[in-house]
Amino acid sequence: MPDFLLEIGVEEVPDWMIVPALADLRARWQAAFGAFECSALITDATPRRLVLLAKDMAEQAADVESIAQGPYLSAGKSAAEGFARKWNTSVGELATTQDAKGDRYIFHQKVKGQTAKEALAAKLPEVVASIPWPKSMYWTGKGGVRFIRPIRWIVALLDAEAVPFEVAGVRSGNTTRGHRILGAKEPLAVSVATYFEVLLKNFVIVSAEERKQRIEEQLGAGVQKDDELLNTLVYLTEYPTAIRGSFDPSYLELPKEILATVMRHHQRYFSVVKEDGSLAAEFVAVTNTDGDPDGLIRQGNERVLRARFNDARFFWQVDQRKKLSERVPDLAKVTFHAKLGSYTEKIHRVARLASQIDANFPHAAALLAKCDLTTDMVKEFPELQGVVGGLYAKAQGESESVWRAIYDQYKPVSMEDAIPAIREGQVLSLADKLDTLRECFRVGMIPTGSKDPFALRRAAQGVVKILFEGRVSFELTEARALQAFLRERIQFYLRDVRGYAYDEVSAAMGPPLTTLPDLAQRTEAVHHVRPTSDFEPLAASFKRIKNILKQAGVDSAEHPNADLLSPGPEKQLYNELLRVRREIETKASYSEKLIAIASLRPHVDLFFDKILVNDPDPAIRRNRLALLHSLLTEFSTIADFSEIVTQGVGDKT
Amino acid sequence: MDCFQDTVFKLKQYWASRGAIIQEPYDLEVGAGTMAPETFLRVLGPKPYKVAYVQPSRRPADGRYGENPNRLYKHQQLQVILKPTPDDVLDQYLGSLAAIGIDLRKHDIKFEEDNWEAPTLGAWGVGWQVMLDGLEITQFTYFQQCGGMDLDLVPAELTYGLERIVAFLQNVESVYDIEWAPGFKYSDVRLADEEQFSVYNFEMADVDRLWRLFGEHEAECAGLLARFKPEIPRFPVLAAYDQVLKCSNLFNLLDARGAISVTERVGVIGRVRKLAVGVAEAWAKQQAGAVA
Repeated sequence: MPDFLLEIGVEEVPDWMIVPALADLRARWQAAFGAFECSALITDATPRRLVLLAKDMAEQAADVESIAQGPYLSAGKSAAEGFARKWNTSVGELATTQDAKGDRYIFHQKVKGQTAKEALAAKLPEVVASIPWPKSMYWTGKGGVRFIRPIRWIVALLDAEAVPFEVAGVRSGNTTRGHRILGAKEPLAVSVATYFEVLLKNFVIVSAEERKQRIEEQLGAGVQKDDELLNTLVYLTEYPTAIRGSFDPSYLELPKEILATVMRHHQRYFSVVKEDGSLAAEFVAVTNTDGDPDGLIRQGNERVLRARFNDARFFWQVDQRKKLSERVPDLAKVTFHAKLGSYTEKIHRVARLASQIDANFPHAAALLAKCDLTTDMVKEFPELQGVVGGLYAKAQGESESVWRAIYDQYKPVSMEDAIPAIREGQVLSLADKLDTLRECFRVGMIPTGSKDPFALRRAAQGVVKILFEGRVSFELTEARALQAFLRERIQFYLRDVRGYAYDEVSAAMGPPLTTLPDLAQRTEAVHHVRPTSDFEPLAASFKRIKNILKQAGVDSAEHPNADLLSPGPEKQLYNELLRVRREIETKASYSEKLIAIASLRPHVDLFFDKILVNDPDPAIRRNRLALLHSLLTEFSTIADFSEIVTQGVGDKT
Repeated sequence: MDCFQDTVFKLKQYWASRGAIIQEPYDLEVGAGTMAPETFLRVLGPKPYKVAYVQPSRRPADGRYGENPNRLYKHQQLQVILKPTPDDVLDQYLGSLAAIGIDLRKHDIKFEEDNWEAPTLGAWGVGWQVMLDGLEITQFTYFQQCGGMDLDLVPAELTYGLERIVAFLQNVESVYDIEWAPGFKYSDVRLADEEQFSVYNFEMADVDRLWRLFGEHEAECAGLLARFKPEIPRFPVLAAYDQVLKCSNLFNLLDARGAISVTERVGVIGRVRKLAVGVAEAWAKQQAGAVA
């Protein structure tokens, strides 16, 4: 069976879009050609080509049989003949079947399976054109096909035979192109068998994995591992070759954060560290060439880096002429958000909130936090905001708690990132993020679906992570929509980061929200006590109590009257309630308290076994409901037991 | 070694030999070659066009008093518009680098994603920054919208940063050390502009007067647009566009002076955009009338 190869030749695709596009190409291929079996489906890409290889593709799809319904026998001869003519057969060849209305003619219609070549030619244009891109373009004129960049050639081959079709005016064929500079200038004829070899000879390594290995082998000693940068370079090159350059060690006087950012973000260089862990005056660049025999590429890159470092040094010097504290008034001109005013207003809100979170918070940290937005360094390297402010504050003699708080104010930038190291940094980050959330929600900028332009989910996650991991005792009492938004993040954190079961989290979050460190302890207690034998049965009973109270419409607190209780299980349960109430007060940990509550289990069971809540005497009935209500409300302040999913214990109300 | 002007001559010659009109710079202050009517207006409508020109581009806030070796208040762009884009546009572009003496086999060229958007012009496109041995030398953009309208033909815009390219070719560390013509350095030709305009832009420009001028030019443009009808022969849409350019430059000056507050900023951008979009629409209608 033949192999099928598709290569979409395109002008340089943005590196970060390539891997998702291959997944989409694969899914669309499978949807369109699922009827054709193949032994393997391989996708790969370079910046200039998306490639799909279907090994041993069935040449023909299986035949499909369907039944055409004809007239009833009772409709007469001419109707039957008409039906037979339609299917190019005779009445004698038709079959019959019986349905509710009687016997009727049917025809077994056989549709021959399409050949692979027909199906490919017919459906590939749509498969190619339907790959979704984050930001597509048109190029053949208004209303034309949209793709990420112009398609310039298409290879479509069943072994050596071309599969003809057309997309955006480009006809498929059997010719590909080599590396832009190093490859042959003319189109290269290929078959599936020669494709990879011909391209390799023309300086294109089609396999991303091979390019990655090639880069890794060439990086050399001391290079900092950086998978994100590596992946970017894999998809920026067709024939990667690493070169090593150096810079004047005098630049090492600049903070390493700035040097690393220039190298990584602006130049896509790997930085190099010495054995003692300090930065070396070297870098590794990955080129799209087969080498640099004359050293011109190295010299060029060194020159660019020198200019960048000179800029950074220049910005540093110029920025020091005006201290951060002198820049505070300039924040009036820096927009926080068009609807939310300037950073002057923001820093004052943040300062207030920070001192509510922690009365000892140093006011200066909030006031100076955003002043680096007015510096040349941050205008040039926006990704270093905060870090630059921290470094400047340090250079300008601010205390360690102030400069470190400013330095770390944007942490954590993701769920994986660490929270700020010191308390002042945690409080500042918290206040900044919570303020952003409050303000955005206040003016209705609330994330919906995939739309979150202000990265509020990330801000909320940061708030939650800091409150939990920094053990910050601050109660979140926000407006309704924001509180709900934060609750989702809290649930996410407890489940996905801490690994608690869904229902444990729901149980601990049942009572009104206290501080997050407290919530963390309650969740852990539920998780800890859950495997004990009394816990789940008690949870089932609590669920039952809840249902009974709901059906009876009891929702207000009414204390049970001890005189109306019948001796035996009912009185016993009441006494146990009093005992557990006292015991809880003596226990320090939530686990011990929960164990104490769980000890109610046999008494609750016995009560339900022997006592009918719906007593004919309304006063007794009411008293029993009050007993259950007390039980439920008093012992649900640590966790709502009824949220626990129980197994094998039925709800019998 | 080629001096600055040789490189400019060679690029112009290269594009002229590929059928481009060689224009001179537009004679008003602009922030980028894109704003010259040769780009902003010519990309609209269904008529093919090919043009190349050097455009001195003023960005008042980027001035550094002539002290920074790589930053300029006014830099020179070589702007090329190919409408519609030829299929081999990237090969043609690489050919232009060879034409100015860059042996591509000995260098590293990469096309890295870089999209372009100009909110004040209602314009955007997608493309790349072209990196030569780690140095950004050209912005390449496929225009998609201009004046808020989808374009009939998609033009390619190539913007060469001339100072950077020539500093690279001449292997100098500061743009001021570029040899402009034999015996004349870039600093001989341009340093005084950088020094004096930095002082003017940052310190001395009269803010109140600039605001008044902004209002005057805005009113002139709006007044013209209000009277526009496609059937009026020789209606001065181009003159209205000059007023947009004046407003845009005044906005940049006020911005460099720190005179635009947070609350004003969005509004002022909106005012310029409204004029630019109005002119673009009028131009498109006028051209459609001329075609029909």
